[in-house]
Amino acid sequence: MTNEAVAGKAAPSRLDVRSLAKSYGAGAKAKVIIEDLTFTVETGEVVCIVGPSGVGKTTLLKCLAGLQPASSGTAAIDGRVIDGPPPEMALVFQDYNRSLMPWLTVRKNLMLPLRHLRLPAAETRERCNDALAAVGLEHAEHQYPWQLSGGMQQRVAIARALAYRPEILVMDEPFASVDAQTRFDLEDLCLKIRKDFNMTVLVVTHDIDEAVYLSDRVVVLGSKPARVLTTIDVDLPSPRDQITTRSLPEFAALRTDVLSLIKRPA
Amino acid sequence: MRKTLYVLLGVGTPVVLLAAWFVASAGSTNTFFPPLSYILERFQELWLFAHFSSDILVSLLNLVIGFALAAVIGVGLGFVLAMLPKVGGYVDPVIHFFRSIPPVALVPIFVSLIGFGIEMRIASITLAAVFPTLIATVDGLRGVDSTLKDVSAVYRLSTGEKIIRVFLPAAGPHIASGLQVSLQTAFVVMIASEMLGPSQGIGAMTLLAQQSFMIADMWSGIILLGVIGFIANMLFELGRRRLLAWYIGSRRLARAQ
Ligand SMILES: Nc1ncnc2c1ncn2[C@@H]1O[C@H](COP(=O)(O)OP(=O)(O)O)[C@@H](O)[C@H]1O
Ligand SMILES: [Mg+2]
Repeated sequence: MTNEAVAGKAAPSRLDVRSLAKSYGAGAKAKVIIEDLTFTVETGEVVCIVGPSGVGKTTLLKCLAGLQPASSGTAAIDGRVIDGPPPEMALVFQDYNRSLMPWLTVRKNLMLPLRHLRLPAAETRERCNDALAAVGLEHAEHQYPWQLSGGMQQRVAIARALAYRPEILVMDEPFASVDAQTRFDLEDLCLKIRKDFNMTVLVVTHDIDEAVYLSDRVVVLGSKPARVLTTIDVDLPSPRDQITTRSLPEFAALRTDVLSLIKRPA
Repeated sequence: MRKTLYVLLGVGTPVVLLAAWFVASAGSTNTFFPPLSYILERFQELWLFAHFSSDILVSLLNLVIGFALAAVIGVGLGFVLAMLPKVGGYVDPVIHFFRSIPPVALVPIFVSLIGFGIEMRIASITLAAVFPTLIATVDGLRGVDSTLKDVSAVYRLSTGEKIIRVFLPAAGPHIASGLQVSLQTAFVVMIASEMLGPSQGIGAMTLLAQQSFMIADMWSGIILLGVIGFIANMLFELGRRRLLAWYIGSRRLARAQ
């Protein structure tokens, strides 16, 4: 994968979330999930949103992806308010085993979102080849997702997003249900594709170490309802490395900062 | 090894049973159980091919047309009902009411409405066979994983793509089960519908033989119906295995793990 392959693609997008609120239900029975979230993901940044399970992270991503309407406030990409799935966004879902089409081979899964873009056949092929190469799954293109391990399935889901060439890639706890070794590999993959594919990346996670390792900035969410506790800039050196980066004293300090925020009773 | 055993059992069991019938009925003087050798003789005289186009083809054509219409209407209407949850809510009880009526009991309705012709037979087959497919389609579509719907929305698939490339395959296993029941229902109603009106068709011939005490002819009709039912089911199963290879494979793998 080279930068050449993605040349000609628009610049990565900027995501702007302003006073976003979300409740399920209406009237007296309304359940407030998100109360007044404001944060920004700058062009080309990797931002992690970290918060405990059940705080409303998936709900937030559904609002950002235009799958759920916000109750109030706005989210905007490059200044355009999101009111339906934005064309420049790709989303990687938490449940890899539910988000891939089991009746399609790996390659056909990658091709499905490209059909309506009406690209020349050669470009479709090239995009799929690049995406499969980026996640190291060229050999599995003719297999079905259910024939692959969990980590490989999540790589297929990431490849599908890459072939779509989004300007902003959003991932919902993408590595939560794979084993630790696979998880480290996927985290490094995430950093590599961000560089190669020139995207803005927003990752949601409940794992503080993961958030610090991946991010340029961490948005820490508190519960209930969800709100931003603080935003922490991560200025760890690049490129990051699972062993050296994680053993830096700065890394330990950052994760302690985040942890104490989350643990402290609000 | 195991597979060959199953194939042998599958082919062998009917052969053994037929042989037993053949031997046990040889020289039988019982009016109702004539020797199988005589039944087979009549089978050949009647069906190969004296009544082939006048009766066998007529019955098969009714079956195929009735089943095809039921399949198209069942899947199509199923999509409409599943996509319009409000309408579906009102229509559900009506569907389940009609579904609960034994299919054969629907035949007289059509006789009184449109008489005894071919149209009556096809309409009866279609109406009776539509419900299993319709209900299975609605169930299958309602059960489509919400994540797949979200994926389709995020990647901005068109409505047509969602229907053809996501919902239809996702509900495919359900729809196939419904179609299989529909096929069996269509077969039963095909025979039942021939018991009224002009005596044309395998069912009509079989009934006529019974009424005129031509017991061997009756048995030959029953054997023919059995053979046709068996072949129809086999063809269906072959098609299902082809189209749903992904589903069968994933289930097998899930069981093995
Ligand atoms: N469609 C819905 N209707 C009502 N409540 C919901 C719905 N979806 C999620 N919730 C609730 O919203 C809360 C946050 O869920 P979620 O966004 O999935 O959290 P997270 O992804 O952070 O674990 C949970 O309490 C959940 O029960
Ligand atoms: Mg979640």
